[in-house]
Amino acid sequence: MVERKTVRQQLRLLPVLPSVLLILVFLAAPILWSFHASFTNAALTGRNARNPAWTGVENYVRLLGDAAFPASVVLTVVFVVASAVVGQNMLGLLIAGLMTRARKPVAAVVGTAVVAAWVLPEIVAAFAAYAYFSKDGTLNQVLGGAGVAGADWLYAYPMVAVVLANIWRGTAFSMLVYRAALADVPQDISEAALMDGAAGWQRLVFITLPLIRSSIATNLMLVTLQTLAVFTLIWVMTAGGPSSASTTLPVLAYQEAFKFGDIGYGTAIASVLIVLGLVFGIAYVRLLRGDKR
Amino acid sequence: MHRPAKFLVALFCATALVATSACSAEQPAAEKKTLKIVYQKTDSFTALDTLFKDAKKDFEAANQGTTVDLQPIEANDDDYGTKLSLALRSAETAPDVFYEDTFKVRSDVDAGYLLKLDSYLEKWADWKLYNDAAKAAGTADDGGIYAVPLGTDTRAIWYNKTVLQKAGITVPWQPRSWDEILDAARKMKAADPSLVPFNMYAGKATGEGTVMQSFYELLYGTDSELYDQQEKKWVVGSQGFKDSLAFLKTLYDEGLAVTPAEALDANVWKKVFGEWLPKGKMGATVEGSYTPSFWQKGGNYEWAGYAEDMGVAKFPTQHGQEPGGVSMSGGWTLAVGADSKNPDLAFKFLSEALSKKNSLAFTVSGSQIAVRTDVAAETEYLAANPFVKDVSDLVSVTHYRPATADYPRISAAVQVATEAVITGALSPQQAAAQYDKTVKDLVGDAKVVQK
Repeated sequence: MVERKTVRQQLRLLPVLPSVLLILVFLAAPILWSFHASFTNAALTGRNARNPAWTGVENYVRLLGDAAFPASVVLTVVFVVASAVVGQNMLGLLIAGLMTRARKPVAAVVGTAVVAAWVLPEIVAAFAAYAYFSKDGTLNQVLGGAGVAGADWLYAYPMVAVVLANIWRGTAFSMLVYRAALADVPQDISEAALMDGAAGWQRLVFITLPLIRSSIATNLMLVTLQTLAVFTLIWVMTAGGPSSASTTLPVLAYQEAFKFGDIGYGTAIASVLIVLGLVFGIAYVRLLRGDKR
Repeated sequence: MHRPAKFLVALFCATALVATSACSAEQPAAEKKTLKIVYQKTDSFTALDTLFKDAKKDFEAANQGTTVDLQPIEANDDDYGTKLSLALRSAETAPDVFYEDTFKVRSDVDAGYLLKLDSYLEKWADWKLYNDAAKAAGTADDGGIYAVPLGTDTRAIWYNKTVLQKAGITVPWQPRSWDEILDAARKMKAADPSLVPFNMYAGKATGEGTVMQSFYELLYGTDSELYDQQEKKWVVGSQGFKDSLAFLKTLYDEGLAVTPAEALDANVWKKVFGEWLPKGKMGATVEGSYTPSFWQKGGNYEWAGYAEDMGVAKFPTQHGQEPGGVSMSGGWTLAVGADSKNPDLAFKFLSEALSKKNSLAFTVSGSQIAVRTDVAAETEYLAANPFVKDVSDLVSVTHYRPATADYPRISAAVQVATEAVITGALSPQQAAAQYDKTVKDLVGDAKVVQK
């Protein structure tokens, strides 16, 4: 009987086996390969292309001395904080909050408009954003129609443009998460607070936000990690330029690995990005755990 | 009781079976041979696609049982290079014959991607017809030949005669120094402020175009150089480098070139060829000898009047010093993969693709400068467009890039310097100092020389 039980227990794991295998093959393996490559001088061409040598931490030492690296870390953090933590997260919450009060048709129209940007494939959304912000683009034509001369946004304010584009593209996710969370907030608590004379903002800060705290943490974690990895949007809109004014870590890693063929150095940057993601991830997980106590 | 266990074993066996059959499926069937050909194709560059399609037809007919698998990569030069390098990294994905930029030949030979062709070329009668510069283009550091050139190119000033005449400049125009370029450009600007009088590329967005069609024309026309061939060292701190940056700064600051924002758009060259020059909104630009291929019949920006309206002039040296002109040359080759399972057949296909007939058609439709003497003598080649003779003569004043493995990063550093100068972020002095520092960091103090 003991044997039967263990077999049955193992059998229960069978349905997850394919997904575990897929994760190992397509996620864990490339990450491990990338970590390994970052300690070598692997290259696309030249003497080290076929037989890369182990160079220890040389790539990381070089990274610390590279002026482009701290600038890129700062831009990455600015991009994540401005477009994900503040932009998508706050705007998502705001829209979700307003939608609970809005009339049904209004809520439906707004919801569709927001989700439309999200269902577009990333490359299509990126081209749409490029067409909107470019010099002869939609934004400047609208402004021109109103008699205002628009700037060359992608050139003059590249970070503002990519941040706004990422907010536009990603807000739908936060909105959906918060709509579900707000729907779960019991009406009676809110009403009780109302009876006690709590103002609108007080009900939000003292009742609603604490109740949906775990949703906030989950949402923050997901949008942060998604935004940290954004590459296509920036690459299509500005390609990291002008100069390196919008070169975030994924763009920098791509340029080093594929434009200059320095796979070792590029994977070192990618490894730093993974670590950065882990730090964010751990911080949010802590936040979630604290909530349960 | 044992049924679940049996099921597991069966499942394991089935998985193993699938796995092994997947592996063995890669083995080619006996006798049937496949050659994989990788090359570049874009919406404005289809000449090579045509060449390979013709070669495939002839080759498959002459070699029964052989399939030529054409795999064009639709990408710009940079991305094509990246995709090709990625494919070459593994023997399983490496092509048998591929289209290779001359400036990548040396580093790819270092990487062991290219097959040495000396023994094949000895037996190929046509090899004698290639000119010496072409033979040198495919030669690696060990003296062996690894690639056969398809054609070469030069760079010159292309100007719109009507625009120049309106500004009171007599055509044919041939500036003798940098100052004469600026004089002419200022005259054009005065005659019509909405014009772009004289464009030269700058910044990272146009990539190799920035250096090949702009900065090197300036630098190689000063008394300085980029790389000391004798000492095999990179030159830093040269006056010529600062002067070249200062010239670009003048062009951009005075509004004689496109705006910096336009220059930093990777697609700016499409506007130069497709819009500004044909519509008379640009006076002149520095571009390659392949320029007519965009305008001639079947080109991407067909323009019937280009032969009458356009003129070509050689780019002058800084103060008109000897040899009185500057040009840069590059060009592309065909190479055989070092891991090819059928190297003999692959070379046979390469020689078929580069036959006189195919070379002539490619040279004419791609506005290339011929590298085969028999093609160069053909009237069809000489009559391909009115500028063939002018741009071919520039071979006498042309330069080649120092295509070492470090070159791509050095080139990128030059592009960064031009971008900093035209956007006003740094002065020419500062940008040159930053370039010097970057080069020293990249190659080490032992491989630079102060001049």
